[in-house]
Amino acid sequence: MPLNSIRIDDLTFCYNRLEILSDISFTVNKGDYLGIVGPNGSGKSTLIKNILGILKPQKGSINLFGQSLNMFRDWNKIGYLPQRLSALNAHFPGTVAEIVQMGISKSQFQILKNILELMGIGHLANRLIGELSYGEQQRAMLAHTLLGQPDLLIFDEPTTALDPETRDIFYTQIDELNRHNGTTIVLVTHDTGLIGKYARNLLYIDKKIIFSGTFKDFCASADMTGFFGAISQHTICHQHDPSVRN
Amino acid sequence: MGICEILHYDFVQRAILAGILIGAICSLLGVFLVLRRFSLIGDGLAHVTFGSVAVVLLLGISPFYVTLAALPIVIISSVVILKLTSTKRIPGDAAIGIVSSIGIAAGIILASLSGGYNIDLFSYLFGNILTVNQTELLLAFIFFIVVAATIIFFYNDLFALTFDEELAKTMGVKTDKINIILFMLTAVAAVLAMRVAGIMLVSAMLILPPLTALQLSISFRMTIIASLIFSVLSVISGIIISFLLNLPAGGTIVIINAALLLLVFGVGKISALQR
Repeated sequence: MPLNSIRIDDLTFCYNRLEILSDISFTVNKGDYLGIVGPNGSGKSTLIKNILGILKPQKGSINLFGQSLNMFRDWNKIGYLPQRLSALNAHFPGTVAEIVQMGISKSQFQILKNILELMGIGHLANRLIGELSYGEQQRAMLAHTLLGQPDLLIFDEPTTALDPETRDIFYTQIDELNRHNGTTIVLVTHDTGLIGKYARNLLYIDKKIIFSGTFKDFCASADMTGFFGAISQHTICHQHDPSVRN
Repeated sequence: MGICEILHYDFVQRAILAGILIGAICSLLGVFLVLRRFSLIGDGLAHVTFGSVAVVLLLGISPFYVTLAALPIVIISSVVILKLTSTKRIPGDAAIGIVSSIGIAAGIILASLSGGYNIDLFSYLFGNILTVNQTELLLAFIFFIVVAATIIFFYNDLFALTFDEELAKTMGVKTDKINIILFMLTAVAAVLAMRVAGIMLVSAMLILPPLTALQLSISFRMTIIASLIFSVLSVISGIIISFLLNLPAGGTIVIINAALLLLVFGVGKISALQR
């Protein structure tokens, strides 16, 4: 039986008595690549924040690497890239190198250099984070997430501010990490076409789980045809050949 | 009277030493507070300190121990501010405002009960670094060591928390614990800074040196060091100038701090225009 990286049972989360997530249950096994998709306001980011303990659910349980979230301490096993930093102060006096290394031992300097080069921001290492463009800031945060070489990577709309070239590099890198290193990936995105190309499983949520399964099943789902419309679903499913994955 | 002559006085030496230590404490903690938009916590805690000092004076505790005796109430108030802030229903500035108003209101009532505003209370309102005693100097020294050690030991956690609290949580930083430590240290700093700048100007000691350092646009580590240097510079020059010109030390230190901020800000603007 494969070890669950994430196991969620009957999770319900309310904000001001309004139900944002209702009876969510799913598991992410070690080495999985799960894409979480859904419309705006469907609770995708809220789900991620519950998984990470930033928000506390009213009901249900969350287990990370076989441990209850309350008991979980191995946070270095998880890398998280938020949709946007909650309140990035433009005058924050942290250099890119300082922020990328945040919480990580300095002995990994060569890895730091390599990862900054990989993200195309090697020349910005000593610049202040607030001086960078939004796209460069996002790349710096990506570098931070990847630097710790975690077992589980959680991304919340990671490529919103990236140009197509950097976005493709990002997806390729993540795919390689998943395939070659066995890193578990959970990625929230609106980019259904692209996530379909890479993710092994999809979770479609809109306050509750609408669809859970492989990309192949997603393409064959009548419910999804109803939701997206036949043309859109066809475009998503055949733009990138899913048979390559399986 | 020359500078060398001034420095021969025991009370001036004690004042400078205490001023350096307390200035350093405030400037170190101030970097984290300013960047986390808790700048006014110093003001709030200073007002609570006013209430605490009024309690201490009402109880007739020797002025020698006023600073020490005022600490528990101010530390508890800092935790109350933090707890109110974390309810999410009360914004941080409102939480500071609540505790601050209660502190000053209690101070006014207690001062009135003890027979009005006596000279002792006024010395705490406006500060008098030249009257710092040995107990306070020792307290400042011990507390400087505690603050420096805490910042070194928790540097990575403090950096992550200051950068982004949510992200810090996902990195395993015990944000609640670090917040309590930061607020409690700030409470002690506010009580100590009361002796240097007075209750009215405590927040200036916490805000101005970090703000000046932030104008330099340097790394986080260097910002902390620059903040410390600006603070120590203004304390030393402030005490000497105040003594030479017979001015209040607290006000002079704060004006020098403000002048440094304006100078660094101005130089930064001019060099930006020249680029």
